[in-house]
Amino acid sequence: MIRKLTVSAVTALALATGGAFASGSEGHVEDIAFSFEGPFGKFDQNQLQRGLKVYTEICAACHGLQYVPLRTLGDEGGPNYSEDQVRAFAENFEVFDAELDDTRTALPSDHFPPSNDPKAPDLSLMAKARAGFHGPAGTGINQLVKGIGGAEYIASFLMGFTGEEKEVAGAVLYENHAFPGGWTAMPPPLFGEDVDFDDGHSNDLHHESVDVASFLMWAAEPKMMARQHTGFIAVLLMGLLSVLLYLTNKKIWYKLKHRDEA
Amino acid sequence: MAGIPHDHYEPKTGFEKWLHERLPIVSLAYDTLMIPTPKNLNWWWIWGIVLAFCLVMQIVTGIILVMHYTPNVDMAFASLEHIMRDVNGGYMLRYIHANGASLFFVAVYIHIFRGLFYGSYKAPREVTWIIGMLIYLAMMATGFLGYVLPWGQMSFWGATVITGLFGAIPFIGEGLQTWLLGGPAVDNATLNRFFSLHYLLPFVIAALVAVHMWAFHTTGNNNPTGVEVRRGSKEEVKKDTVPFWPYFVIKDLFALAVILTIFFAVVGFMPNYLGHPDNYIEANPLATPAHIVPEWYYLPFYAILRAFTADVWAVQAVSWITGGIVDAKFFGVLAMFGAIFVMALAPWLDTSSVRSGKYRPMFKWWFYLLVVDFIVLMWVGARDTNFPHDWISLIGATYWFAYFLIILPILGVIEKPTTPPATIEDDFNAHYPSASDAAAE
Repeated sequence: MIRKLTVSAVTALALATGGAFASGSEGHVEDIAFSFEGPFGKFDQNQLQRGLKVYTEICAACHGLQYVPLRTLGDEGGPNYSEDQVRAFAENFEVFDAELDDTRTALPSDHFPPSNDPKAPDLSLMAKARAGFHGPAGTGINQLVKGIGGAEYIASFLMGFTGEEKEVAGAVLYENHAFPGGWTAMPPPLFGEDVDFDDGHSNDLHHESVDVASFLMWAAEPKMMARQHTGFIAVLLMGLLSVLLYLTNKKIWYKLKHRDEA
Repeated sequence: MAGIPHDHYEPKTGFEKWLHERLPIVSLAYDTLMIPTPKNLNWWWIWGIVLAFCLVMQIVTGIILVMHYTPNVDMAFASLEHIMRDVNGGYMLRYIHANGASLFFVAVYIHIFRGLFYGSYKAPREVTWIIGMLIYLAMMATGFLGYVLPWGQMSFWGATVITGLFGAIPFIGEGLQTWLLGGPAVDNATLNRFFSLHYLLPFVIAALVAVHMWAFHTTGNNNPTGVEVRRGSKEEVKKDTVPFWPYFVIKDLFALAVILTIFFAVVGFMPNYLGHPDNYIEANPLATPAHIVPEWYYLPFYAILRAFTADVWAVQAVSWITGGIVDAKFFGVLAMFGAIFVMALAPWLDTSSVRSGKYRPMFKWWFYLLVVDFIVLMWVGARDTNFPHDWISLIGATYWFAYFLIILPILGVIEKPTTPPATIEDDFNAHYPSASDAAAE
């Protein structure tokens, strides 16, 4: 009888939040200690630059970053490239210009191009769209120190391919430990030593995955450090105001609460 | 005018007299700010100020966000990213506005439960209570409309599900749903009208808040003892009350500052904590998310909506009696709105002669259970509908109705309340005994 719930009012309304992804088939996401986690976390500028390289040479073949303006690559707290470097980087891309009704070389004021492959989702916000880590007890409160988990998902996904493939209805699926359901349509993009890092940093699969995940976290939340900074100042000021108001309140009520001394 | 006798504004200078004869606005501000307020109010009474602050904060941040937002299905999602990336301080504005909605609901729930415990809804404050319930309904509507505007996956599918509720109304449902959406499905017309109404409703709320305040400034505040202020003379009033300014203004502002400290920690360090990750994916009518979960503040009532399935005998009975007009789907919708409706009826369902729950030994425990019930419903509303969640929702929803429709009326008859203090002054002095009181004992 209980099982009949699936044909109940709830399903009729398409509200069923049922067990399409029961906990068993949730992918395995590894916790990675990123530099940007926690209230005082910071993006690692070198890591973002390495991640950008992985993105440009590998991911960008299919995926896009349509919401990310190229000029923000020069932002402080981001990859922090110089103006000339950003201009040179932008020249790698062709963008469509509605005024010209044609494509032209990209300028820093343009955005990254959208996905080349219509089946490849845009990655601008992927690190926020794949947020996870719902513990403890489903409250998710630990994201305060462990981060929202989106970058972890991306890194785990990139490292999660087992090499197994299967064909379903004419489409090839690839087994992946991190992907919910275990099989994804995306072929493994990284194998290790796919790119050479300018800073001589290790380019094994783990480092490439973590670096590009870090870059995509920045792409999704470029103002994170500014936000934390503002938040910190706001907390400090409100805390100070709280103390002052506490003392004021105490003084105002003193005579009422201590009638003898009045 | 009714209300507690107190000193009124006296225009002194020539200009004040001139203005007062033409527009007594200073008098209005003075009387509002200097209203005699029971001096024994505890910390549960601070949430009204928090709510007023939230309303202003949401309107101010909202108006600025509108300057950069584009209500069009092809541009809305991108315009939010424009706010987050290009607009100066836009990320703060948006995160304050989004988390501000949550703070608003935290405050309103505590405010409502405070009223339920201390019997603030009882005569002569029924009108204040009803207006409050209308404000709450308007808040729910505003919150829902606002959540659609980012045009993410949850925006789109949440709108589809919630407007579907109206489609469950017999006979007129389908037409009503189409009328609300401006078309057969959630689309550009829906986004535009939701945007328009999301901008309108906060001002309706502001007007209702003014009426809410007018009502309780007429009756006077309730207080933890539920004992009325003595109003035989101004001297008596002064023994039970203090003027709102500065005593409660400063106390409330202190509480507000503490709450905002926590609020800014959330906004600064975990602004996406209360949001759903799927809303960072642009709305796609062709891809239904695996889980459609409403915002946390709707979850208790969402759980009640889902609790009454076709398996429940009461639903089957109603369906049979009405010849199938009230099916399980419509029953759920009725239950959801009914859950708020029975709460609005509390002034007439509560038969107890004692106002404050402090002096009601049995009521207390049923009330605490209601709070637990509310939290459990909130928890289960975010879960799937498999066993045991279906049973938990059903039991939780049943208790919600039982509390208002059965327990409140019966308790007033069978319960033997303890005696509240004779006056507010006595209560206050018992909390803060003076040396002379102690010596007299």
